[in-house]
Amino acid sequence: MIRIHLASVFVDDQAKALDFYTRVLGLEPRQDIDMGDGNRWLTVGNPGAPGVELLLEPSAHPAVGPFRDALVGDGIPATQLAVDDLDAEHERLTGLGVTFVQPPMDFGPVAVAVIDDTVGNLIQLAQLKG
Amino acid sequence: MYDALAAPARRAILDVLTVRDDQSLFEITTRLLGDHGISLTRQAVSQHLAVLEEAGLVSSRRHGRTRLHTLDTGPLREIARRWPTKESS
Repeated sequence: MIRIHLASVFVDDQAKALDFYTRVLGLEPRQDIDMGDGNRWLTVGNPGAPGVELLLEPSAHPAVGPFRDALVGDGIPATQLAVDDLDAEHERLTGLGVTFVQPPMDFGPVAVAVIDDTVGNLIQLAQLKG
Repeated sequence: MYDALAAPARRAILDVLTVRDDQSLFEITTRLLGDHGISLTRQAVSQHLAVLEEAGLVSSRRHGRTRLHTLDTGPLREIARRWPTKESS
C-alpha cells in the first residue's frame, strides 16, 4: 500500500516558517536537519499524531518565484489544512494577527477559508462536516 | 456592456461579486461552484472577468501579491436611464 508520507510547501524563511506553522497554527516540529548552506530539512506534523509530515522547503530555486507569484496572484492556496471548527480558528488566528485572504465560506458539507502563511504561500483551511 | 451581460456565466460572476468586495480569482471560482453549482475552469473565469472589466462592471486591484476583483454597478445606471421604470398607476 502506498501512502502519503510527506508533502511540501516552499517557504521564504525557514525559521519564520517554523514559527508560523508551530506557534501560530499549532503543528508540531518533527525533523530539523542541517543540510548545509544554511538550509534545513525541516518538517512539521500533526499534534500528537505521528505520520504524514509537511516539509518547509527553501524557496531558493529560480522556478519557485514565478510559480508561486502566479498562484498567489490568482489567490490559489498551495495546500489545505484541516480544522475542527473554522469559525473558532478564524477568531483565534485573527487575534494572532493572521491575514485571511478569504474569510470563512460555508458550502454545506465543507467550510473553507484562505490565510497568508507570511512566508510566501496561501494556505486553505477546511472544516469537513458530517 | 450588453454583450458582457449576455452570458449567463458572467451574470453569475456578478452575483458572486455582490457577496463581498475584493475577491480573488480562486474565491470567485470557488463561490461559482459552491453557491451556484457552476463548474468553470479558472482560465474561463479569468476570461469572463476580462470582459466584465472591459465593460466597466468589475474593477480589480493588487493587494499584496494577489489580484482582487470588485463589482461596479455604475454602468448599469445606463439601463435605468434608457428604459426608466414607470410608476404603476
